[in-house]
Amino acid sequence: MTKQQANWSPYDNNGGSCVAIAGADYCVIAADTRMSTGYNILTREYSKICKLADKCVMASSGFQADVKALQKQLAARHLIYQHQHNKQMSCPAMAQLLSNTLYYKRFFPYYSFNVLGGLDNEGKGCVFTYDAVGSYEKVGYSSQGSGSTLITPFLDNQLKSPSPLLLSVQDAVTPLVEAEAIDLVKTVFASASERDIYTGDKIEIVVVNATGIRREYMELRKD
Amino acid sequence: MKLDTSGLESAAPVWGAPSELVDGFSAAPSFEVPNTTDFDGFQKEAIQMVKPAKGTTTLAFIFKEGVMVAADSRASMGGYISSQSVKKIIEINPYMLGTMAGGAADCQFWHRNLGIKCRLHELANKRRISVTGASKLLANILYSYRGMGLSVGTMIAGWDETGPGLYYVDSEGGRLKGMRFSVGSGSPYAYGVLDNGYRYDMSVEEAAELARRSIYHATFRDGASGGVASVYYVGPNGWKKLTGDDVGELHYKYYPVMPSTVEQEMVEVAGA
Repeated sequence: MTKQQANWSPYDNNGGSCVAIAGADYCVIAADTRMSTGYNILTREYSKICKLADKCVMASSGFQADVKALQKQLAARHLIYQHQHNKQMSCPAMAQLLSNTLYYKRFFPYYSFNVLGGLDNEGKGCVFTYDAVGSYEKVGYSSQGSGSTLITPFLDNQLKSPSPLLLSVQDAVTPLVEAEAIDLVKTVFASASERDIYTGDKIEIVVVNATGIRREYMELRKD
Repeated sequence: MKLDTSGLESAAPVWGAPSELVDGFSAAPSFEVPNTTDFDGFQKEAIQMVKPAKGTTTLAFIFKEGVMVAADSRASMGGYISSQSVKKIIEINPYMLGTMAGGAADCQFWHRNLGIKCRLHELANKRRISVTGASKLLANILYSYRGMGLSVGTMIAGWDETGPGLYYVDSEGGRLKGMRFSVGSGSPYAYGVLDNGYRYDMSVEEAAELARRSIYHATFRDGASGGVASVYYVGPNGWKKLTGDDVGELHYKYYPVMPSTVEQEMVEVAGA
């Protein structure tokens, strides 16, 4: 008698792609706004980006119900932190909190592929990339989601910096200026939506810099 | 000519007595069927069991001057390289290192947890924890999660009051004390180079070069290993990162491209 398999899964994949690029004094975080299930589009105007703290923004693709629950959890913990420490959480601190939050559900994971972007304590851009159960790494740029296998090689080609593991620690942040990085992000999503059915409709681009957080949009293919 | 049909004989007991139907055969031709519940899937399971797990190469060894620890930096998700810059040597505290093989999140989280426990031990007992103690703490935690799917193959390397210490700890609950270990899918290749070149009395430079070469050779042959070969040294004053070299560049350093002698050169033909 073979083991009975469940004919229901608690997970679903709502598709979409996210990208984040760190610069010397800014960070660009972008995601498309399409939410799908199977071959259907549920909506063309869903934001996958969430502001966690003053200088810290997260973009997540995967199962949006889990993403929403994760965002709520982080927002609640951030509020407690603010009450206890009388200040906002820094991006590196939020990065570790996210890692631990994901790992606490190691045996029933959040189906959420995240990139965290923002400014660190010195005002330099930083991007952290995660897997579904919380392993994380500080990088110069990252992409997650259904289009990531299309986007990452392109970003490697344009932005690849020497590995942070080489002994002479070099800056992982890109030498590009803010406008160039935004342009690159737009190009990358335009290409990804050509070949990935789950990426398209619109890009939401969030830029974090010393003056604050600003948001802009760009139209993409709707097919 | 009488054909040899002994291969067709079934090992199963003959049903009924169809003696008038068969003549010379003991039963209808059949072949042996494995006695499993899941006939269609058992082969896949068997392959999975021997599948090289933990796509990585890490190694550590004790020598006269201390402990040398080295690792590659590639993370793979199936056939996709998800990162070439993963930190697989985790700094638990200034005098103890842990290596990462298996699930990245599992290793990161439990090593960080171990670092916390080591610090609490220091505060409670007013002295540093030994490598024996730290590895036992980790092994006990992993044993309690045995069977739940954690994937951790780590080495705890450090220097304590008894000198250099090296333990191998894994998510099956195993904990081994030793002088030389290599963990991961590239470990057979690393062992080949490491075991061949190892001597107890090496200098720090010689040991570092041996460690680096072992990782390089493993990344050369194992697809799941690559990126940057990091080498750390643990001495009486704690650990120190010695080198981090891109293995692609190491290849050309070890095997430089020799300009080959040209025998015949192609010449442009003028006109047509």
